Amino acid sequence: MDIGAVLENAILQFVGFNACYYAIAAIGLNVQFGYAGLVNFGQAGFMAAGAYGVGQTVSIFGISVWWGIAIGIGYSVFLGLLMGAPTLRLRADYLAIVTIASAEIVRLVVRSVKFRDQFGGTDGLKNFAQKFQQVGIDLGLQPAKDYGFWIFQFSGRTLWNLIVGWSFVAIFGVIVWSLMKSPWGRVLKAIREDEDAVRSLGKNVYSYKMQALVLGGVIGSFAGMMLALGNANVQPDNFSRDLTFFVLTGLVLGGVAKVTGSIIGPMLFWGVYAFLDGLLRELVDKPVRIGDFTLLQSTDIGVVVFMVMGALMVLLMVYRPQGLFGNRKEMAFEGR
Amino acid sequence: MKDAEPPPTAEQRELTEPARRARAALADVAPVPGAAKPDPILAAVEIRRNFGGIVAVDVARVEVQRGSITALIGPNGAGKTTFFNLITGFDKPSTGTWTFDGAPMGGLAPHRMAARGMVRTFQLTKSLTKLPVIENMKLGATGQKGEKWWNGLFPARWKAQEAEIEARADDLLRRFKLDHMRDEYAGALSGGQRKLLEMARALMTDPTLVMLDEPMAGVNPALKQSLNQHVRGLRDDGMTVLFVEHDMDMVHDISDWVIVMAEGQVIAEGTPDDISSNTAVIDAYLGAHQGRSLLEDEV
Ligand SMILES: Nc1ncnc2c1ncn2[C@@H]1O[C@H](COP(=O)(O)OP(=O)(O)OP(=O)(O)O)[C@@H](O)[C@H]1O
Ligand SMILES: [Mg+2]
Repeated sequence: MDIGAVLENAILQFVGFNACYYAIAAIGLNVQFGYAGLVNFGQAGFMAAGAYGVGQTVSIFGISVWWGIAIGIGYSVFLGLLMGAPTLRLRADYLAIVTIASAEIVRLVVRSVKFRDQFGGTDGLKNFAQKFQQVGIDLGLQPAKDYGFWIFQFSGRTLWNLIVGWSFVAIFGVIVWSLMKSPWGRVLKAIREDEDAVRSLGKNVYSYKMQALVLGGVIGSFAGMMLALGNANVQPDNFSRDLTFFVLTGLVLGGVAKVTGSIIGPMLFWGVYAFLDGLLRELVDKPVRIGDFTLLQSTDIGVVVFMVMGALMVLLMVYRPQGLFGNRKEMAFEGR
Repeated sequence: MKDAEPPPTAEQRELTEPARRARAALADVAPVPGAAKPDPILAAVEIRRNFGGIVAVDVARVEVQRGSITALIGPNGAGKTTFFNLITGFDKPSTGTWTFDGAPMGGLAPHRMAARGMVRTFQLTKSLTKLPVIENMKLGATGQKGEKWWNGLFPARWKAQEAEIEARADDLLRRFKLDHMRDEYAGALSGGQRKLLEMARALMTDPTLVMLDEPMAGVNPALKQSLNQHVRGLRDDGMTVLFVEHDMDMVHDISDWVIVMAEGQVIAEGTPDDISSNTAVIDAYLGAHQGRSLLEDEV
């Protein structure tokens, strides 16, 4: 059994591309869910908005890929307004339902046969990321050459994706951190606890909730853009409900209403996932049987890993409901 | 100031100028339900609200004199809180119109009313327990540049204003004897302290009309005295106060005018002395108070 290789892979996933675009998505989700208390179960929809915004540029519209940033932002703002307008005056549950449904609608529309000419159907979109990759090459990163030290060896292409991705994490982390230190952030945190108190002090709660929903969505769209550019393609089924809930899991793991939590949480999510997956694969090299009953075989591992992660989450919620970096006073201070 | 007036009692002598003015303005108002006031800051007409079968509020007419301290009293379930909710936009009346400072208010969102200077507190205290006390206070200030998201990122645009707000907040916290809790989460405050915090926070909005729903509930007797003092202070600072209270000592002590509600209607109005001898009021409270004069026999 090679525990060293398992750990190595876990560490690479901890700082890897998946962790990176999850972290961007979680920073956005944190604005909505962590600070403003808006239950957005449709972050995958915002990510799809960004990814398709970028994807459509070259292959559909025949314009430069850089326009994709503006288009992705535009799509996600539109999506946010669409989700928020009917629901933000209602109880929190309605937003949850509408966001989860909207994200599914987005996914079903982009993968539909009907809109194949716009979104590429189930094949998705590709051949749009060359210009993005070229910038990395121009900066001296050979796509096929390996760079790095110790276990951190990446191809030039991967390294470029990581540099850009983690820069976005840093930028959005700083933006959200400063916003939450401002009076604007104070209003959001107050809304999270008691909307009526905030209304009675003369603030337009609806407008603030909309701002939080849209801002979080726009940040989420950057996660989608990054995913599209990094993979050099867009696949509709990347943006399923699983994605939303994995991002949410990462956020809760790290601790809501904390920028550090929203970044390190998704990193841990991927690190722990890779570790458990690797470990189980090492342990279950042949089927585990009790008498004639097959308890576990290698094809089950994918599912079992998630069961174990779920159990770990339950334990975390019992013993540390505020997440790893959360503030217990702020997040778990119920009543007195 | 007529010559025939008896010499002022000790209590009257300590009245401040704004208090004397409020009492003088109300002296000629007939003590009848719906009485017109010389200079009403709030005037409501035909306000009705049903909850299914029950009529929670059915106020034909009521006015609140500018610069006065007006008490709204009545037995439990009389509709006082519902009336507050309707007037401040937190609930919608089935019929009715009302004006604040001369401007019609019906259909306005609550935050717009608050922004115009009509601030309220809640019977079930709404201190934000997960924000520190000082942040609760600062939240109350209106017109904050830093509350616009596009300014939020640039502290230079709001730091100066924030410092002013903080100074004002600290000042109010001292007045309400909460300064030692300044940096604690509001969740760490006692029930009475939360009432105080909510009132102090409401004052941060720079209101012209302060509507307090049972400000004294749960506040210890020693503090009640100083809270009375604060409420009087609001009048002295030019604000109008409308408050709901069950503590008759306080009502008698500080109010210039008393409005009595029962079963959704205004059943009596008058000065505290008018009300304490009003038989309709005593009837409304009967049972709980065995017909004793309300405003004098309570200890
Ligand atoms: N949301 C509601 N749904 C149904 N009935 C309500 C609702 N709110 C108030 N009521 C009813 O309306 C009537 C007036 O209630 P309200 O809370 O205004 O009384 P109150 O005068 O403030 O009483 P208290 O002194 O106990 O606070 C009561 O009969 C109450 O049961
Ligand atoms: Mg009440």
